[in-house]
Amino acid sequence: MMKLLKTLREAFFPKSAKGIPVGVFVAIVAVLVLVAILAPLLAPVGPNTQNLMGRLKPPGTVARGTMFILGSDELGRDLLSRLIYGARVSLSVAFLSVVLSGCLGTVLGMAAGYKRGWVETIIMRVVDIFLSIPAILLAIITVAVLGPGFINVILVLALTRWPRYARVAYGQTLAVANMPYVRLSKAMGASWIRILGLHILPNIIAALSVVATLEFGLMVLFEAGLSFLGLGVQPPMASWGAMLSVGRNYVSNAWWIATFPGICLFLLVLSVNLIGDRLSEYLNPKSR
Amino acid sequence: MTIFLLRRLGQSLVALFGVMTLVFFIQRLTGDPTYLLVPETATQADIEAMRHALGLDRALVVQYVDFLWDTLRFDFGKSFIQNVPVTTIIASRLPYTLQLAGGALLVAIAIGLPVGLLLALARKQRWTNILMGVVLAAQSMPTFWSGILMILLFGVGLGWLPPSGSGSFAHLIMPSIALGLLSMATYARITRSSVLDELSKDYIRSAKARGVKTGRLVTRHLLRNSAIPVISITALEISQLLAGAVIVETVFAWPGLGLLTVQSVVSRDFVVVQGVVLLGALVTIMMNFLADILYSFVDPRIRLDGVSG
Repeated sequence: MMKLLKTLREAFFPKSAKGIPVGVFVAIVAVLVLVAILAPLLAPVGPNTQNLMGRLKPPGTVARGTMFILGSDELGRDLLSRLIYGARVSLSVAFLSVVLSGCLGTVLGMAAGYKRGWVETIIMRVVDIFLSIPAILLAIITVAVLGPGFINVILVLALTRWPRYARVAYGQTLAVANMPYVRLSKAMGASWIRILGLHILPNIIAALSVVATLEFGLMVLFEAGLSFLGLGVQPPMASWGAMLSVGRNYVSNAWWIATFPGICLFLLVLSVNLIGDRLSEYLNPKSR
Repeated sequence: MTIFLLRRLGQSLVALFGVMTLVFFIQRLTGDPTYLLVPETATQADIEAMRHALGLDRALVVQYVDFLWDTLRFDFGKSFIQNVPVTTIIASRLPYTLQLAGGALLVAIAIGLPVGLLLALARKQRWTNILMGVVLAAQSMPTFWSGILMILLFGVGLGWLPPSGSGSFAHLIMPSIALGLLSMATYARITRSSVLDELSKDYIRSAKARGVKTGRLVTRHLLRNSAIPVISITALEISQLLAGAVIVETVFAWPGLGLLTVQSVVSRDFVVVQGVVLLGALVTIMMNFLADILYSFVDPRIRLDGVSG
Protein backbone atom coordinates (compact mmCIF):
# COMPACT_ATOMS: atom_id res chain seq x y z
CA MET A 1 0.00 0.00 0.00
CA MET A 2 2.81 2.40 0.88
CA LYS A 3 4.50 1.44 -2.36
CA LEU A 4 1.35 2.29 -4.27
CA LEU A 5 1.04 5.65 -2.54
CA LYS A 6 4.65 6.46 -3.30
CA THR A 7 4.13 5.39 -6.90
CA LEU A 8 1.08 7.60 -7.21
CA ARG A 9 2.78 10.60 -5.64
CA GLU A 10 5.83 10.40 -7.86
CA ALA A 11 3.68 9.86 -10.93
CA PHE A 12 1.49 12.88 -10.25
CA PHE A 13 4.16 15.28 -9.10
CA PRO A 14 7.34 14.28 -10.90
CA LYS A 15 10.47 16.15 -9.91
CA SER A 16 11.17 17.38 -13.44
CA ALA A 17 7.75 18.25 -14.75
CA LYS A 18 7.46 19.07 -18.45
CA GLY A 19 4.39 20.62 -20.00
CA ILE A 20 1.33 20.95 -17.82
CA PRO A 21 1.88 19.24 -14.48
CA VAL A 22 -0.41 16.26 -14.13
CA GLY A 23 -1.56 17.67 -10.80
CA VAL A 24 -3.75 20.06 -12.80
CA PHE A 25 -5.65 17.13 -14.29
CA VAL A 26 -5.95 15.48 -10.89
CA ALA A 27 -7.45 18.75 -9.67
CA ILE A 28 -9.99 18.81 -12.53
CA VAL A 29 -11.13 15.30 -11.70
CA ALA A 30 -11.22 16.14 -7.99
CA VAL A 31 -13.39 19.22 -8.65
CA LEU A 32 -15.81 17.17 -10.77
CA VAL A 33 -16.02 14.51 -8.05
CA LEU A 34 -16.75 17.21 -5.46
CA VAL A 35 -19.40 18.75 -7.70
CA ALA A 36 -21.03 15.35 -8.10
CA ILE A 37 -21.07 14.69 -4.37
CA LEU A 38 -22.34 18.16 -3.46
CA ALA A 39 -24.80 18.35 -6.36
CA PRO A 40 -27.91 19.18 -4.27
CA LEU A 41 -26.08 22.07 -2.59
CA LEU A 42 -24.54 23.50 -5.77
CA ALA A 43 -27.36 23.22 -8.30
CA PRO A 44 -29.39 26.45 -8.55
CA VAL A 45 -32.64 24.50 -9.11
CA GLY A 46 -33.63 20.84 -9.33
CA PRO A 47 -32.35 19.01 -12.43
CA ASN A 48 -35.89 18.14 -13.54
CA THR A 49 -37.63 21.39 -12.64
CA GLN A 50 -39.39 22.47 -15.82
CA ASN A 51 -40.13 26.01 -16.75
CA LEU A 52 -42.15 25.86 -19.93
CA MET A 53 -42.09 29.64 -20.33
CA GLY A 54 -38.31 29.52 -20.34
CA ARG A 55 -37.61 26.94 -23.02
CA LEU A 56 -34.40 27.03 -25.10
CA LYS A 57 -33.19 30.24 -23.48
CA PRO A 58 -29.55 31.20 -24.18
CA PRO A 59 -27.01 31.45 -21.33
CA GLY A 60 -27.57 34.37 -19.00
CA THR A 61 -31.30 34.73 -19.63
CA VAL A 62 -33.58 35.56 -16.73
CA ALA A 63 -37.02 33.97 -17.02
CA ARG A 64 -39.68 34.00 -14.33
CA GLY A 65 -37.19 35.00 -11.67
CA THR A 66 -34.65 32.24 -12.42
CA MET A 67 -31.36 33.01 -14.05
CA PHE A 68 -30.28 30.41 -16.60
CA ILE A 69 -26.51 30.79 -16.22
CA LEU A 70 -25.77 28.27 -18.97
CA GLY A 71 -29.14 28.51 -20.67
CA SER A 72 -32.08 26.11 -20.63
CA ASP A 73 -33.09 23.04 -22.59
CA GLU A 74 -36.17 22.11 -24.61
CA LEU A 75 -38.31 21.71 -21.47
CA GLY A 76 -37.01 24.86 -19.79
CA ARG A 77 -34.80 22.93 -17.40
CA ASP A 78 -31.71 24.72 -16.10
CA LEU A 79 -28.70 23.41 -18.03
CA LEU A 80 -26.22 24.14 -15.22
CA SER A 81 -28.24 22.12 -12.73
CA ARG A 82 -28.54 19.24 -15.15
CA LEU A 83 -24.80 19.36 -15.82
CA ILE A 84 -24.10 19.18 -12.10
CA TYR A 85 -26.41 16.21 -11.64
CA GLY A 86 -25.04 14.69 -14.83
CA ALA A 87 -21.60 14.55 -13.21
CA ARG A 88 -23.14 12.21 -10.62
CA VAL A 89 -24.34 9.81 -13.30
CA SER A 90 -21.10 9.84 -15.31
CA LEU A 91 -18.81 9.39 -12.33
CA SER A 92 -20.90 6.86 -10.47
CA VAL A 93 -21.52 4.66 -13.52
CA ALA A 94 -17.83 4.77 -14.43
CA PHE A 95 -16.69 4.17 -10.85
CA LEU A 96 -19.03 1.29 -10.13
CA SER A 97 -18.43 -0.44 -13.44
CA VAL A 98 -14.65 -0.11 -13.06
CA VAL A 99 -14.82 -1.53 -9.52
CA LEU A 100 -17.07 -4.42 -10.56
CA SER A 101 -15.23 -5.38 -13.74
CA GLY A 102 -11.86 -4.74 -12.08
CA CYS A 103 -12.58 -7.11 -9.19
CA LEU A 104 -14.04 -9.79 -11.43
CA GLY A 105 -11.25 -9.56 -14.00
CA THR A 106 -8.46 -9.43 -11.43
CA VAL A 107 -9.68 -12.47 -9.52
CA LEU A 108 -10.19 -14.52 -12.68
CA GLY A 109 -6.89 -13.37 -14.21
CA MET A 110 -4.92 -14.16 -11.06
CA ALA A 111 -6.59 -17.54 -10.75
CA ALA A 112 -5.70 -18.33 -14.38
CA GLY A 113 -2.09 -17.24 -13.94
CA TYR A 114 -1.57 -19.02 -10.64
CA LYS A 115 -3.54 -22.24 -11.01
CA ARG A 116 -2.57 -22.86 -14.65
CA GLY A 117 -3.87 -26.07 -16.26
CA TRP A 118 -7.52 -26.24 -17.27
CA VAL A 119 -8.48 -23.20 -15.15
CA GLU A 120 -6.06 -21.14 -17.23
CA THR A 121 -7.29 -22.60 -20.52
CA ILE A 122 -10.96 -21.98 -19.83
CA ILE A 123 -10.61 -18.48 -18.38
CA MET A 124 -8.20 -17.20 -21.01
CA ARG A 125 -10.23 -18.66 -23.88
CA VAL A 126 -13.32 -16.89 -22.58
CA VAL A 127 -11.28 -13.69 -22.33
CA ASP A 128 -10.24 -14.05 -25.98
CA ILE A 129 -13.83 -14.59 -27.03
CA PHE A 130 -15.07 -11.50 -25.18
CA LEU A 131 -12.28 -9.42 -26.68
CA SER A 132 -13.13 -10.50 -30.21
CA ILE A 133 -16.51 -8.78 -30.17
CA PRO A 134 -16.20 -5.00 -30.59
CA ALA A 135 -16.87 -3.55 -27.13
CA ILE A 136 -19.66 -1.18 -28.14
CA LEU A 137 -21.52 -3.92 -30.03
CA LEU A 138 -21.22 -6.29 -27.07
CA ALA A 139 -22.60 -3.57 -24.81
CA ILE A 140 -25.46 -2.82 -27.22
CA ILE A 141 -26.59 -6.43 -27.60
CA THR A 142 -26.50 -6.87 -23.83
CA VAL A 143 -28.58 -3.72 -23.36
CA ALA A 144 -30.98 -5.03 -26.01
CA VAL A 145 -31.56 -8.11 -23.84
CA LEU A 146 -31.48 -6.58 -20.35
CA GLY A 147 -33.08 -3.26 -21.24
CA PRO A 148 -31.64 0.23 -20.58
CA GLY A 149 -31.43 2.01 -17.22
CA PHE A 150 -28.91 3.17 -14.62
CA ILE A 151 -28.26 -0.20 -12.92
CA ASN A 152 -28.31 -2.14 -16.19
CA VAL A 153 -25.71 0.14 -17.77
CA ILE A 154 -23.36 -0.57 -14.86
CA LEU A 155 -24.02 -4.30 -15.17
CA VAL A 156 -23.51 -4.26 -18.93
CA LEU A 157 -20.22 -2.38 -18.65
CA ALA A 158 -18.96 -4.64 -15.85
CA LEU A 159 -19.98 -7.73 -17.78
CA THR A 160 -18.30 -6.63 -20.99
CA ARG A 161 -15.10 -5.02 -19.66
CA TRP A 162 -13.67 -7.55 -17.16
CA PRO A 163 -11.49 -9.35 -19.76
CA ARG A 164 -9.21 -6.31 -20.02
CA TYR A 165 -8.25 -6.65 -16.35
CA ALA A 166 -8.13 -10.44 -16.54
CA ARG A 167 -5.54 -10.30 -19.30
CA VAL A 168 -3.27 -7.89 -17.42
CA ALA A 169 -3.70 -9.69 -14.08
CA TYR A 170 -2.93 -12.98 -15.80
CA GLY A 171 0.28 -11.76 -17.44
CA GLN A 172 1.47 -10.07 -14.27
CA THR A 173 0.66 -13.09 -12.11
CA LEU A 174 2.64 -15.35 -14.43
CA ALA A 175 5.64 -13.11 -13.94
CA VAL A 176 5.38 -13.10 -10.16
CA ALA A 177 4.15 -16.64 -9.47
CA ASN A 178 7.60 -18.20 -9.71
CA MET A 179 9.38 -15.71 -7.47
CA PRO A 180 11.27 -17.37 -4.59
CA TYR A 181 9.08 -15.79 -1.91
CA VAL A 182 5.93 -17.14 -3.53
CA ARG A 183 7.43 -20.62 -3.79
CA LEU A 184 8.60 -20.46 -0.19
CA SER A 185 5.20 -19.38 1.01
CA LYS A 186 3.65 -22.27 -0.91
CA ALA A 187 6.17 -24.71 0.56
CA MET A 188 5.25 -23.50 4.03
CA GLY A 189 1.68 -24.52 3.34
CA ALA A 190 -0.03 -21.19 2.67
CA SER A 191 -3.41 -21.56 0.95
CA TRP A 192 -3.66 -20.26 -2.61
CA ILE A 193 -6.10 -17.60 -1.54
CA ARG A 194 -3.57 -16.33 0.96
CA ILE A 195 -0.76 -16.38 -1.59
CA LEU A 196 -2.82 -14.54 -4.20
CA GLY A 197 -4.09 -11.92 -1.78
CA LEU A 198 -0.96 -11.37 0.28
CA HIS A 199 1.92 -11.95 -2.10
CA ILE A 200 0.71 -11.60 -5.66
CA LEU A 201 -1.95 -8.90 -5.52
CA PRO A 202 0.31 -6.24 -3.95
CA ASN A 203 2.82 -6.83 -6.74
CA ILE A 204 0.42 -6.53 -9.62
CA ILE A 205 -1.89 -3.82 -8.32
CA ALA A 206 0.22 -1.01 -9.80
CA ALA A 207 -0.16 -2.34 -13.34
CA LEU A 208 -3.86 -2.92 -12.74
CA SER A 209 -4.31 0.63 -11.49
CA VAL A 210 -3.11 1.91 -14.87
CA VAL A 211 -5.64 -0.25 -16.66
CA ALA A 212 -8.35 0.87 -14.26
CA THR A 213 -7.54 4.55 -14.83
CA LEU A 214 -7.63 4.26 -18.61
CA GLU A 215 -10.78 2.14 -18.39
CA PHE A 216 -12.40 4.78 -16.20
CA GLY A 217 -12.07 7.31 -19.00
CA LEU A 218 -13.41 4.79 -21.45
CA MET A 219 -16.37 3.95 -19.19
CA VAL A 220 -17.30 7.62 -18.96
CA LEU A 221 -17.35 7.67 -22.77
CA PHE A 222 -19.29 4.41 -22.94
CA GLU A 223 -21.97 5.58 -20.54
CA ALA A 224 -22.29 8.86 -22.41
CA GLY A 225 -22.30 7.00 -25.74
CA LEU A 226 -25.01 4.57 -24.66
CA SER A 227 -27.08 7.38 -23.18
CA PHE A 228 -26.56 9.38 -26.35
CA LEU A 229 -27.98 6.46 -28.34
CA GLY A 230 -30.91 6.29 -25.91
CA LEU A 231 -29.71 2.93 -24.58
CA GLY A 232 -28.19 4.14 -21.33
CA VAL A 233 -29.57 6.15 -18.45
CA GLN A 234 -33.20 6.93 -19.17
CA PRO A 235 -34.93 10.33 -19.05
CA PRO A 236 -35.59 12.38 -17.04
CA MET A 237 -32.35 11.43 -15.25
CA ALA A 238 -29.65 13.91 -16.31
CA SER A 239 -26.74 12.36 -18.21
CA TRP A 240 -24.20 14.26 -20.26
CA GLY A 241 -24.62 11.80 -23.12
CA ALA A 242 -28.40 12.14 -23.16
CA MET A 243 -28.09 15.94 -23.00
CA LEU A 244 -25.81 15.83 -26.05
CA SER A 245 -28.39 13.78 -27.87
CA VAL A 246 -31.06 16.40 -27.18
CA GLY A 247 -28.58 19.11 -28.13
CA ARG A 248 -28.03 17.44 -31.48
CA ASN A 249 -31.70 17.94 -32.33
CA TYR A 250 -31.56 21.62 -31.44
CA VAL A 251 -28.13 22.27 -32.87
CA SER A 252 -29.35 24.92 -35.28
CA ASN A 253 -31.17 27.10 -32.72
CA ALA A 254 -29.71 26.27 -29.29
CA TRP A 255 -25.96 25.63 -29.52
CA TRP A 256 -25.52 25.70 -25.74
CA ILE A 257 -27.37 22.45 -25.04
CA ALA A 258 -24.76 20.32 -26.81
CA THR A 259 -21.74 22.49 -26.09
CA PHE A 260 -21.54 22.46 -22.30
CA PRO A 261 -22.04 18.73 -21.62
CA GLY A 262 -19.48 18.10 -24.36
CA ILE A 263 -16.91 20.32 -22.64
CA CYS A 264 -17.48 18.55 -19.31
CA LEU A 265 -17.11 15.11 -20.91
CA PHE A 266 -14.02 16.17 -22.82
CA LEU A 267 -12.32 17.65 -19.76
CA LEU A 268 -13.09 14.63 -17.61
CA VAL A 269 -11.97 12.06 -20.17
CA LEU A 270 -8.86 14.02 -21.18
CA SER A 271 -7.82 14.45 -17.55
CA VAL A 272 -8.35 10.80 -16.71
CA ASN A 273 -6.47 9.67 -19.84
CA LEU A 274 -3.52 11.95 -19.11
CA ILE A 275 -3.36 10.72 -15.53
CA GLY A 276 -3.38 7.16 -16.83
CA ASP A 277 -0.67 7.94 -19.39
CA ARG A 278 1.55 9.52 -16.78
CA LEU A 279 0.99 6.58 -14.47
CA SER A 280 1.92 4.07 -17.14
CA GLU A 281 4.97 6.09 -18.20
CA TYR A 282 6.09 6.13 -14.62
CA LEU A 283 5.67 2.37 -14.27
CA ASN A 284 7.37 1.59 -17.62
CA PRO A 285 10.26 4.04 -17.73
CA LYS A 286 11.35 2.60 -21.09
CA SER A 287 8.50 4.32 -22.93
CA ARG A 288 9.49 7.77 -21.64
CA MET B 1 4.78 -21.00 -42.51
CA THR B 2 1.98 -23.45 -43.23
CA ILE B 3 2.02 -24.69 -39.65
CA PHE B 4 1.83 -21.13 -38.37
CA LEU B 5 -1.05 -20.34 -40.72
CA LEU B 6 -2.99 -23.43 -39.72
CA ARG B 7 -2.44 -22.84 -36.01
CA ARG B 8 -3.60 -19.26 -36.30
CA LEU B 9 -6.59 -20.29 -38.41
CA GLY B 10 -7.51 -22.87 -35.78
CA GLN B 11 -7.43 -20.18 -33.09
CA SER B 12 -9.69 -17.95 -35.19
CA LEU B 13 -12.21 -20.73 -35.66
CA VAL B 14 -12.25 -21.38 -31.91
CA ALA B 15 -12.86 -17.68 -31.33
CA LEU B 16 -15.67 -17.67 -33.90
CA PHE B 17 -17.31 -20.67 -32.26
CA GLY B 18 -16.91 -18.97 -28.88
CA VAL B 19 -18.54 -15.76 -30.10
CA MET B 20 -21.56 -17.66 -31.38
CA THR B 21 -21.83 -19.45 -28.04
CA LEU B 22 -21.57 -16.15 -26.18
CA VAL B 23 -24.33 -14.57 -28.27
CA PHE B 24 -26.49 -17.64 -27.70
CA PHE B 25 -26.02 -17.18 -23.95
CA ILE B 26 -26.66 -13.44 -24.05
CA GLN B 27 -29.99 -14.15 -25.81
CA ARG B 28 -30.97 -16.19 -22.78
CA LEU B 29 -29.74 -13.79 -20.08
CA THR B 30 -33.28 -13.00 -19.04
CA GLY B 31 -34.48 -16.56 -19.40
CA ASP B 32 -36.80 -16.74 -22.39
CA PRO B 33 -35.61 -15.21 -25.68
CA THR B 34 -39.17 -15.32 -27.10
CA TYR B 35 -39.88 -12.00 -25.40
CA LEU B 36 -37.02 -10.41 -27.35
CA LEU B 37 -38.58 -11.46 -30.63
CA VAL B 38 -42.29 -10.73 -30.29
CA PRO B 39 -43.70 -7.23 -30.62
CA GLU B 40 -44.65 -5.51 -27.34
CA THR B 41 -48.35 -5.79 -28.21
CA ALA B 42 -48.30 -9.60 -28.49
CA THR B 43 -50.83 -11.58 -26.45
CA GLN B 44 -49.97 -14.65 -24.41
CA ALA B 45 -51.32 -16.87 -27.22
CA ASP B 46 -49.12 -15.08 -29.77
CA ILE B 47 -46.11 -15.67 -27.55
CA GLU B 48 -46.89 -19.38 -27.22
CA ALA B 49 -47.38 -19.70 -30.98
CA MET B 50 -44.18 -17.81 -31.67
CA ARG B 51 -42.22 -19.90 -29.18
CA HIS B 52 -43.34 -23.03 -30.96
CA ALA B 53 -42.85 -21.62 -34.46
CA LEU B 54 -39.27 -20.61 -33.63
CA GLY B 55 -38.52 -23.93 -31.99
CA LEU B 56 -37.72 -22.21 -28.70
CA ASP B 57 -39.67 -24.92 -26.82
CA ARG B 58 -37.18 -27.59 -27.88
CA ALA B 59 -34.27 -28.88 -25.82
CA LEU B 60 -31.55 -26.26 -25.30
CA VAL B 61 -28.87 -28.41 -26.96
CA VAL B 62 -30.99 -28.78 -30.12
CA GLN B 63 -31.55 -25.01 -30.22
CA TYR B 64 -27.84 -24.41 -29.74
CA VAL B 65 -26.76 -26.73 -32.57
CA ASP B 66 -29.46 -25.23 -34.79
CA PHE B 67 -28.27 -21.70 -34.02
CA LEU B 68 -24.64 -22.58 -34.82
CA TRP B 69 -25.63 -24.24 -38.10
CA ASP B 70 -27.79 -21.31 -39.22
CA THR B 71 -25.13 -18.76 -38.35
CA LEU B 72 -22.43 -20.69 -40.19
CA ARG B 73 -24.60 -20.55 -43.30
CA PHE B 74 -24.97 -16.77 -42.81
CA ASP B 75 -28.63 -17.29 -42.04
CA PHE B 76 -29.17 -14.73 -39.29
CA GLY B 77 -32.93 -15.31 -39.16
CA LYS B 78 -35.79 -13.08 -40.18
CA SER B 79 -36.88 -9.74 -38.79
CA PHE B 80 -40.45 -10.01 -37.50
CA ILE B 81 -40.91 -6.30 -37.53
CA GLN B 82 -39.92 -5.76 -41.16
CA ASN B 83 -40.71 -9.31 -42.31
CA VAL B 84 -37.47 -9.50 -44.30
CA PRO B 85 -34.44 -11.79 -43.82
CA VAL B 86 -31.78 -10.12 -41.67
CA THR B 87 -29.11 -10.80 -44.30
CA THR B 88 -31.07 -8.72 -46.83
CA ILE B 89 -31.42 -5.84 -44.38
CA ILE B 90 -27.72 -5.92 -43.53
CA ALA B 91 -26.71 -6.13 -47.20
CA SER B 92 -28.71 -3.00 -48.01
CA ARG B 93 -26.95 -0.99 -45.29
CA LEU B 94 -23.44 -2.41 -45.56
CA PRO B 95 -22.23 -0.25 -48.50
CA TYR B 96 -22.86 2.93 -46.49
CA THR B 97 -20.83 1.72 -43.56
CA LEU B 98 -18.01 0.59 -45.85
CA GLN B 99 -17.92 4.04 -47.50
CA LEU B 100 -17.80 5.70 -44.11
CA ALA B 101 -15.09 3.37 -42.77
CA GLY B 102 -13.05 3.87 -45.95
CA GLY B 103 -13.29 7.64 -45.67
CA ALA B 104 -12.37 7.54 -42.00
CA LEU B 105 -9.37 5.30 -42.64
CA LEU B 106 -8.17 7.69 -45.32
CA VAL B 107 -8.47 10.63 -42.91
CA ALA B 108 -6.71 8.68 -40.16
CA ILE B 109 -3.76 7.56 -42.26
CA ALA B 110 -3.33 10.73 -44.29
CA ILE B 111 -3.10 12.84 -41.14
CA GLY B 112 -1.88 10.33 -38.55
CA LEU B 113 1.23 9.01 -40.33
CA PRO B 114 2.87 12.37 -41.17
CA VAL B 115 2.00 13.76 -37.74
CA GLY B 116 3.53 10.74 -36.01
CA LEU B 117 6.67 10.95 -38.12
CA LEU B 118 6.97 14.66 -37.40
CA LEU B 119 6.49 14.11 -33.67
CA ALA B 120 9.33 11.59 -33.65
CA LEU B 121 11.79 13.43 -35.90
CA ALA B 122 11.30 16.85 -34.30
CA ARG B 123 10.90 15.59 -30.75
CA LYS B 124 13.44 18.07 -29.36
CA GLN B 125 11.47 21.08 -30.60
CA ARG B 126 9.10 22.64 -28.10
CA TRP B 127 6.20 23.06 -30.53
CA THR B 128 5.81 19.30 -30.81
CA ASN B 129 4.39 19.40 -27.27
CA ILE B 130 1.47 21.38 -28.68
CA LEU B 131 1.00 18.93 -31.55
CA MET B 132 1.10 16.04 -29.07
CA GLY B 133 -1.52 17.87 -27.04
CA VAL B 134 -3.76 18.06 -30.12
CA VAL B 135 -3.31 14.33 -30.71
CA LEU B 136 -4.20 13.56 -27.09
CA ALA B 137 -7.20 15.87 -27.31
CA ALA B 138 -8.42 14.07 -30.43
CA GLN B 139 -8.20 10.84 -28.50
CA SER B 140 -10.32 12.12 -25.62
CA MET B 141 -12.93 13.78 -27.80
CA PRO B 142 -16.13 11.77 -27.77
CA THR B 143 -17.12 11.27 -31.42
CA PHE B 144 -20.70 12.28 -30.70
CA TRP B 145 -19.45 15.63 -29.47
CA SER B 146 -16.86 16.34 -32.16
CA GLY B 147 -19.55 15.38 -34.68
CA ILE B 148 -22.06 17.82 -33.22
CA LEU B 149 -19.44 20.59 -33.09
CA MET B 150 -18.66 20.02 -36.76
CA ILE B 151 -22.36 20.14 -37.64
CA LEU B 152 -22.61 23.35 -35.63
CA LEU B 153 -19.62 24.96 -37.35
CA PHE B 154 -19.62 23.68 -40.94
CA GLY B 155 -23.23 22.63 -41.32
CA VAL B 156 -25.21 25.29 -39.50
CA GLY B 157 -22.77 28.18 -39.02
CA LEU B 158 -20.82 28.32 -42.27
CA GLY B 159 -23.21 26.25 -44.36
CA TRP B 160 -20.37 24.59 -46.28
CA LEU B 161 -21.50 21.01 -45.80
CA PRO B 162 -24.86 19.27 -45.40
CA PRO B 163 -25.41 18.79 -41.64
CA SER B 164 -26.67 15.20 -41.91
CA GLY B 165 -28.08 12.51 -44.16
CA SER B 166 -26.59 10.85 -47.22
CA GLY B 167 -26.68 11.09 -50.99
CA SER B 168 -23.59 12.92 -52.17
CA PHE B 169 -19.87 13.01 -51.57
CA ALA B 170 -20.27 16.15 -49.47
CA HIS B 171 -22.42 14.18 -47.05
CA LEU B 172 -19.55 11.78 -46.43
CA ILE B 173 -16.93 14.36 -45.45
CA MET B 174 -17.95 15.27 -41.91
CA PRO B 175 -18.80 11.74 -40.71
CA SER B 176 -15.47 10.49 -42.09
CA ILE B 177 -13.52 13.14 -40.22
CA ALA B 178 -15.47 12.58 -37.00
CA LEU B 179 -14.90 8.83 -37.17
CA GLY B 180 -11.32 9.10 -38.41
CA LEU B 181 -10.14 11.48 -35.69
CA LEU B 182 -9.78 8.78 -33.05
CA SER B 183 -7.86 6.44 -35.37
CA MET B 184 -5.77 9.39 -36.47
CA ALA B 185 -4.57 9.76 -32.88
CA THR B 186 -3.78 6.05 -32.70
CA TYR B 187 -1.78 6.18 -35.95
CA ALA B 188 0.13 9.25 -34.83
CA ARG B 189 1.08 7.67 -31.53
CA ILE B 190 2.03 4.28 -32.96
CA THR B 191 4.07 5.86 -35.75
CA ARG B 192 5.80 8.13 -33.28
CA SER B 193 6.83 5.38 -30.88
CA SER B 194 7.78 3.02 -33.69
CA VAL B 195 10.00 5.60 -35.39
CA LEU B 196 11.55 6.58 -32.05
CA ASP B 197 12.29 2.92 -31.43
CA GLU B 198 14.09 2.55 -34.75
CA LEU B 199 15.94 5.87 -34.41
CA SER B 200 17.86 4.55 -31.43
CA LYS B 201 19.14 1.52 -33.31
CA ASP B 202 22.69 1.00 -34.57
CA TYR B 203 21.92 0.78 -38.28
CA ILE B 204 20.52 4.31 -38.28
CA ARG B 205 23.60 5.62 -36.52
CA SER B 206 25.92 3.87 -38.93
CA ALA B 207 23.90 5.08 -41.91
CA LYS B 208 24.21 8.61 -40.57
CA ALA B 209 27.95 8.08 -40.11
CA ARG B 210 28.21 6.87 -43.71
CA GLY B 211 26.74 10.21 -44.72
CA VAL B 212 23.35 9.04 -45.97
CA LYS B 213 21.17 12.08 -46.64
CA THR B 214 18.31 12.73 -44.24
CA GLY B 215 15.58 12.29 -46.89
CA ARG B 216 16.99 8.97 -48.01
CA LEU B 217 17.59 7.90 -44.42
CA VAL B 218 13.93 8.46 -43.60
CA THR B 219 12.39 6.92 -46.72
CA ARG B 220 14.77 4.01 -47.31
CA HIS B 221 15.83 3.01 -43.82
CA LEU B 222 13.56 4.41 -41.15
CA LEU B 223 10.08 4.11 -42.67
CA ARG B 224 10.51 0.54 -43.89
CA ASN B 225 11.53 -0.73 -40.51
CA SER B 226 9.02 1.22 -38.50
CA ALA B 227 6.19 0.11 -40.80
CA ILE B 228 5.55 -3.19 -39.03
CA PRO B 229 3.47 -1.98 -36.07
CA VAL B 230 1.73 0.55 -38.32
CA ILE B 231 0.64 -2.10 -40.82
CA SER B 232 -0.62 -4.46 -38.21
CA ILE B 233 -2.56 -1.71 -36.47
CA THR B 234 -4.45 -1.01 -39.71
CA ALA B 235 -6.22 -4.35 -39.62
CA LEU B 236 -7.24 -3.72 -36.01
CA GLU B 237 -8.32 -0.14 -36.73
CA ILE B 238 -10.68 -1.30 -39.47
CA SER B 239 -12.72 -3.32 -37.02
CA GLN B 240 -12.55 -0.38 -34.58
CA LEU B 241 -13.94 1.91 -37.26
CA LEU B 242 -16.81 -0.43 -38.04
CA ALA B 243 -17.76 -0.46 -34.36
CA GLY B 244 -17.24 3.28 -33.97
CA ALA B 245 -19.66 3.81 -36.84
CA VAL B 246 -22.53 3.03 -34.45
CA ILE B 247 -22.28 6.44 -32.82
CA VAL B 248 -21.06 8.50 -35.76
CA GLU B 249 -23.85 7.21 -37.99
CA THR B 250 -26.41 8.17 -35.36
CA VAL B 251 -24.96 11.68 -35.08
CA PHE B 252 -25.04 12.28 -38.83
CA ALA B 253 -28.11 10.16 -39.64
CA TRP B 254 -25.91 8.16 -42.00
CA PRO B 255 -27.94 5.10 -43.02
CA GLY B 256 -25.33 2.39 -42.38
CA LEU B 257 -25.15 -0.64 -40.10
CA GLY B 258 -24.58 1.44 -36.97
CA LEU B 259 -27.76 3.44 -37.35
CA LEU B 260 -29.55 0.19 -38.21
CA THR B 261 -28.36 -1.38 -34.95
CA VAL B 262 -29.54 1.51 -32.83
CA GLN B 263 -32.89 1.72 -34.61
CA SER B 264 -33.32 -2.03 -34.18
CA VAL B 265 -32.66 -1.90 -30.44
CA VAL B 266 -35.21 0.89 -30.09
CA SER B 267 -37.83 -0.93 -32.17
CA ARG B 268 -37.01 -4.17 -30.31
CA ASP B 269 -35.94 -5.98 -33.48
CA PHE B 270 -33.51 -8.27 -31.69
CA VAL B 271 -32.59 -10.57 -34.61
CA VAL B 272 -31.18 -7.63 -36.55
CA VAL B 273 -29.06 -6.50 -33.59
CA GLN B 274 -27.79 -10.03 -33.21
CA GLY B 275 -26.97 -10.25 -36.92
CA VAL B 276 -24.91 -7.06 -36.84
CA VAL B 277 -23.07 -8.18 -33.71
CA LEU B 278 -22.22 -11.56 -35.25
CA LEU B 279 -21.03 -9.84 -38.42
CA GLY B 280 -18.96 -7.35 -36.39
CA ALA B 281 -17.32 -10.17 -34.45
CA LEU B 282 -16.62 -12.09 -37.66
CA VAL B 283 -14.93 -9.04 -39.19
CA THR B 284 -12.91 -8.44 -36.03
CA ILE B 285 -11.71 -12.04 -35.88
CA MET B 286 -10.82 -11.98 -39.57
CA MET B 287 -8.94 -8.71 -39.18
CA ASN B 288 -7.01 -10.01 -36.19
CA PHE B 289 -6.07 -13.06 -38.23
CA LEU B 290 -5.04 -10.86 -41.14
CA ALA B 291 -2.98 -8.62 -38.85
CA ASP B 292 -1.01 -11.60 -37.57
CA ILE B 293 -0.41 -12.93 -41.06
CA LEU B 294 0.74 -9.52 -42.32
CA TYR B 295 2.94 -9.16 -39.30
CA SER B 296 4.63 -12.48 -39.93
CA PHE B 297 5.17 -11.65 -43.59
CA VAL B 298 6.90 -8.39 -42.79
CA ASP B 299 8.89 -9.77 -39.89
CA PRO B 300 9.88 -13.44 -40.29
CA ARG B 301 11.09 -13.65 -36.68
CA ILE B 302 7.50 -13.71 -35.46
CA ARG B 303 6.64 -16.65 -37.69
CA LEU B 304 9.49 -18.69 -36.25
CA ASP B 305 8.45 -17.86 -32.71
CA GLY B 306 4.92 -18.91 -33.51
CA VAL B 307 6.01 -22.36 -34.60
CA SER B 308 8.42 -23.10 -31.81
CA GLY B 309 6.24 -21.55 -29.08
